[in-house]
Amino acid sequence: MAVDPSRKPRKPDVARGAKTSRSPWREQAESYFIHHRKVARDSASRLWQTPVASLMTWTVMGVALALPVALLLLLTSLQGVSSGWESGARVTAYMSLDANLEQTRKLADEIGADGRVAELELIDRDRALAEFRASSGLDDALDYLEENPLPHTLLITPEESARTADGVASLLMFIESMEGVERVQVDLGWLQRLNAMTDLLARAVWALAILLAAAVVLVIGNTVRLSIESRRDEILVAKLVGGTDGFVRRPFLYTGAWFGLGGGVVAWILLQLSLWWLSGPIERLAGLYSSDFSLSGLSFDGVFALIIAAMLLGWLGAWIAVKRHLDDIEPGEIAGG
Amino acid sequence: MIEFRQVTKRYDSDHTALRQVNFHLDRGELAFLTGHSGAGKSTLLKLLMVMERPTAGEVVVGGQVLNRLPRRQIPYIRRHIGVVFQNHQLLFDRTVFDNVAMPLEVMGASPRDVGRRVRAALDKVGLLSKEKMNPLQLSGGEQQRVGIARAVVNKPPLLLADEPTGNLDPELSADIMNLFAQFSQVGVTVLIASHDLALINEMGRRTLTLDHGNLIAGGTPLQGGFRGR
Repeated sequence: MAVDPSRKPRKPDVARGAKTSRSPWREQAESYFIHHRKVARDSASRLWQTPVASLMTWTVMGVALALPVALLLLLTSLQGVSSGWESGARVTAYMSLDANLEQTRKLADEIGADGRVAELELIDRDRALAEFRASSGLDDALDYLEENPLPHTLLITPEESARTADGVASLLMFIESMEGVERVQVDLGWLQRLNAMTDLLARAVWALAILLAAAVVLVIGNTVRLSIESRRDEILVAKLVGGTDGFVRRPFLYTGAWFGLGGGVVAWILLQLSLWWLSGPIERLAGLYSSDFSLSGLSFDGVFALIIAAMLLGWLGAWIAVKRHLDDIEPGEIAGG
Repeated sequence: MIEFRQVTKRYDSDHTALRQVNFHLDRGELAFLTGHSGAGKSTLLKLLMVMERPTAGEVVVGGQVLNRLPRRQIPYIRRHIGVVFQNHQLLFDRTVFDNVAMPLEVMGASPRDVGRRVRAALDKVGLLSKEKMNPLQLSGGEQQRVGIARAVVNKPPLLLADEPTGNLDPELSADIMNLFAQFSQVGVTVLIASHDLALINEMGRRTLTLDHGNLIAGGTPLQGGFRGR
């Protein structure tokens, strides 16, 4: 009276007489992997059999993936610019008005002797006024002033080793503490603006990336749904002869992953193409700004991560489709009458 | 092997497919299930395959009470039940061999095993020479026999058939019935739903008769000689 045991004895009370499950564990595992390989190959060859449709899905996915990745690359390149900001940093120290030139020279020597200072330029108040007169066009107005309103100024370029945020901050403190120094300034305005912009851009890119990832999942989900519909009979029979949910799902999950693989590769190709196309103009532009800015492509790790992420998205899309639609296909209606 | 204990299946409040059905089939027994269209034959088969659950009562297969079977266990039960359909449910995108191999594939048999057992099953139904053909190239009777090979390829202890001879001429039908008889001789419990009364009478086996969801004949094996109506 005993039903044969399950081949996968999940329930202890059905795992009696091992008539048909004599194959050892190793053989089971082996045929499991053989099955996986077969399903993977089968899913892939199904995609090849409809090359145009598959290529279109891959391209949709590739475009959707390439866009945020390209923006992310641009972002990292920009962040590269701002992390090199120290090369442009100069500290300006304004002396108090009552400090005379001699005092200032002494101070300049003292600061210049500090190990953290690479270069130091002293602009005395007369020269400052002359420069201001020349550049501001307030010539006449300045004539009304009884005395020169500008202080002596020191332009300090930090040593390379001190060109870190902390290094510059400590140098700033050091200079500020000197007697006769009224105010110290670091010209970081443009850098802060760039940083603010990259921050904003980063958020925008991530928001876009999430939206496009969702789009990819939906596209794959829909494609897999159609594939589920077209293989309805097969699913019914598999369920009838005792296929587990995992067994029935497997080919579709592989299909999703293969869509992801193709999409990732297309995205990578698109990125390389646009990089190649843009690199010339960017070099020229960077040259005009005398910057060594360059748009960096994807590293090997990056390509790998892109493709893995694409496969995961494809798999996720397939999983959602399978979850939603496979349960609807139950062999109930087969035995009619 | 099979036991129905006071099984009732109600679909909607007004449609009752089975009413307190009681019967019991032994190992190796071959029985027919008959009745007018809509009498509940299909429902009874569906209950055995856990496509449906009874509203009341218990369905027991091989000592397992199916009512309480969790959903994820259903596939494992189905692996022990071979099913033959009137429209045979073959897949036309693959060969005869691959069709028959499906039950072995879902349970993860090794390729070596699959080859051996599929050929044994095809040999049994006399179609070994056609393993590489597409089922579309076969005649109706041959397609039905492929369906049978698929149902028995993993040697299930229970074989169900829903109108297996519905579309076949009498000669082919007799062939198919002989196959079922052979399986029952080696200990397989066979239950065949059919309304081909001529054929059933010819076989002279136990016959369960359903009428509007009531089991009106064949409920006990003592009446084994009971022939139709």
